[in-house]
Amino acid sequence: MTKKPSSSKKTEVTDLGYDARQAPINIKLGQDEKIALYRDMVRIRRFEERCLRSYQQGKIGGFLHLYIGQESIAVGCTSVMGKDDHIITAYRDHGHALAVGMGMNEMMAENYGKVTGCSKGKGGSMHYFDPSRNFWGGHGIVGGQIPLGTGLAYALKYKGLKGACMAFMGDGSVNQGAVHESYNLAALWSLPVVFIIENNGYSMGTSQERSSAGPSLAERAEGYGMNWTIIEDGHDVLAVRDQVGQALKLAHDKSLPSVLEIRTYRYRGHSVADPDTTYRDKAEIEAYKSTKDPLSVFQLSLLAEQTLTTELIQKIDESACAEAETSAQFAEASPYPSLEDIKKDVYWEIDNPADRKSVGALFFD
Amino acid sequence: MPVITYREALRAAMSEEIERDPNVVLMGEEVAQFNGAYKISEGMLAKYGPKRIVDTPISEAGFIGMGVGAAMLGLRPVMELMFFSFYSVAFDQIFNNAANIRYMSGGLINCPIVIRGPANGGTNVGATHSHTPESIAAYHPGIKVVVPSNAYDAKGLMKSAIRDNDPVMFLENTILYGEACEVPDGGYLVPLGKASIMRAGTDISIIGHGRSIQLALKSADLLKAKHNINAEVVDLRSIRPLDVETILNSVKKTSRCLYVEESKPFCSVGAMVACLISDQAFDYLDAPVKRLTSIDAPAIYSPPLEKLQLPSVERIYQAALDTLK
Repeated sequence: MTKKPSSSKKTEVTDLGYDARQAPINIKLGQDEKIALYRDMVRIRRFEERCLRSYQQGKIGGFLHLYIGQESIAVGCTSVMGKDDHIITAYRDHGHALAVGMGMNEMMAENYGKVTGCSKGKGGSMHYFDPSRNFWGGHGIVGGQIPLGTGLAYALKYKGLKGACMAFMGDGSVNQGAVHESYNLAALWSLPVVFIIENNGYSMGTSQERSSAGPSLAERAEGYGMNWTIIEDGHDVLAVRDQVGQALKLAHDKSLPSVLEIRTYRYRGHSVADPDTTYRDKAEIEAYKSTKDPLSVFQLSLLAEQTLTTELIQKIDESACAEAETSAQFAEASPYPSLEDIKKDVYWEIDNPADRKSVGALFFD
Repeated sequence: MPVITYREALRAAMSEEIERDPNVVLMGEEVAQFNGAYKISEGMLAKYGPKRIVDTPISEAGFIGMGVGAAMLGLRPVMELMFFSFYSVAFDQIFNNAANIRYMSGGLINCPIVIRGPANGGTNVGATHSHTPESIAAYHPGIKVVVPSNAYDAKGLMKSAIRDNDPVMFLENTILYGEACEVPDGGYLVPLGKASIMRAGTDISIIGHGRSIQLALKSADLLKAKHNINAEVVDLRSIRPLDVETILNSVKKTSRCLYVEESKPFCSVGAMVACLISDQAFDYLDAPVKRLTSIDAPAIYSPPLEKLQLPSVERIYQAALDTLK
């Protein structure tokens, strides 16, 4: 983990003595809570592996952007959310959705384009939403969700709520103008937002060195006078919790925004349609997997402290696999939306005819 | 009844809604301390304070997107674009996010935002500042589009737009800002999607929207004075929702239709209306539906030429005569 306070001239420093387990936010974690963190990461991975199978079977259309390798971030970040904290992310959204408590059934059904999906089959894998869990998507355009996340934070502050918005993006987002405009607004108006860059090293097939100028992505916050931090150990769910917890506290207590760059890695291509052979080699993937796999690292740590046992690990894994399998069966058995459904959920007024105030035609042939 | 300007009518509408609903906030470039680039919001900062009247940086994608996010969480932002032409800078936020968020969430989220500002030519500000994007906006399901032609409608439609739970593009006109008409005090609403018959007639339907309606009314006077032609002038007021019934009833009565608008002709609102008439009132027509638009080129700067590029009383008058041949 490296950290640099705003307006410091110091370059990144790796704190070799840092142990995320000793951070106050982690020290108080009970055994059950640690097991829950582990279980959530396993559930994300098994769900996505099942999604991949379904995709390969032709059950899922369009794109499928897998989060495998990055599970510690969604789980770590959402585990420190309070009731007035909100999140929004881009199209690699399965992990965040499961981590906030959405169900595999509604998610898998959405992937299958079924009416039982979380968006009734209208959004697909990239566009999950659950406002009841403060999860605002699921957005398809790189960086396009960041102004929305800034707006969620604006609304929280406007309403006087002690909450914040965690606005997730990939490393490819940082070169989009909308992201910089959001940084400026957040810093200018002291909005309670935590911009979280999940830096997996590649914006689609283009590496960070080939796409982004400057020494780091988070450091661009310096130009806006925002606090920023780089979390090198993005595979460590406890390190993620510690750092994002501090950024949230800053947002809650002082209504200050920050940028967190969390270093991570995805094992699969940008989407499943990406053959993943042109811009990196298998050895690079294997090297990361063998030393920094978020599940393995946390599992070993919990085994060592006897929070987990091999029996429990197996049970959690089997249970996640079964849950994912059930979700595929649920999706398979669910009906598709009807032809009439195409025109529903376009206008609030059409869906709430008793409260309609306008007149005239809203749809055309 | 008080006579107030289009500008004052907009200010009154926004003020009444700000007083009525604590979630309504006006944001945009120069709306607060500067009192509005076109003085629509003059005095509102002093009256309502910086929480409700908010100056933004020149950052349309950022602040419009921020308004969309705030609307998702229950605010009712009224976002001023200094020129509506700047919508293109925020295109992704408007047409991917505001327009689609309800659909893509399966109806879980709605977006009660109003995006407003002047969308017109005729002020010699060149092509970048003279866009009339009503057909582009109305093309997108999920979006509503309103184009008031007078102060009365501007107030009533603005109040309806702010209370609407769907995103509304509210296209104003700098040349109309100073135009006045009778506007009642207090809280009347003009519903979105209801056209207004500005002048009843029997010989031809001149249908349109925006400032072109004010020109068409003068053209109709000329038609009456010179040729004893009784033109009916129909102001759509809203583009989406669209008052198809009033359009068809008028055309069925007069059997001839001229559509007037300041937009360019390709894929314009008039093209859509002509298509609807062709589909649903073909047998009533005595002549093809004619359209009168701006001349099909980017907005020219040269002041005398820009006048010629736009619809005018004379051009509408001639086009009506052509339709009646």
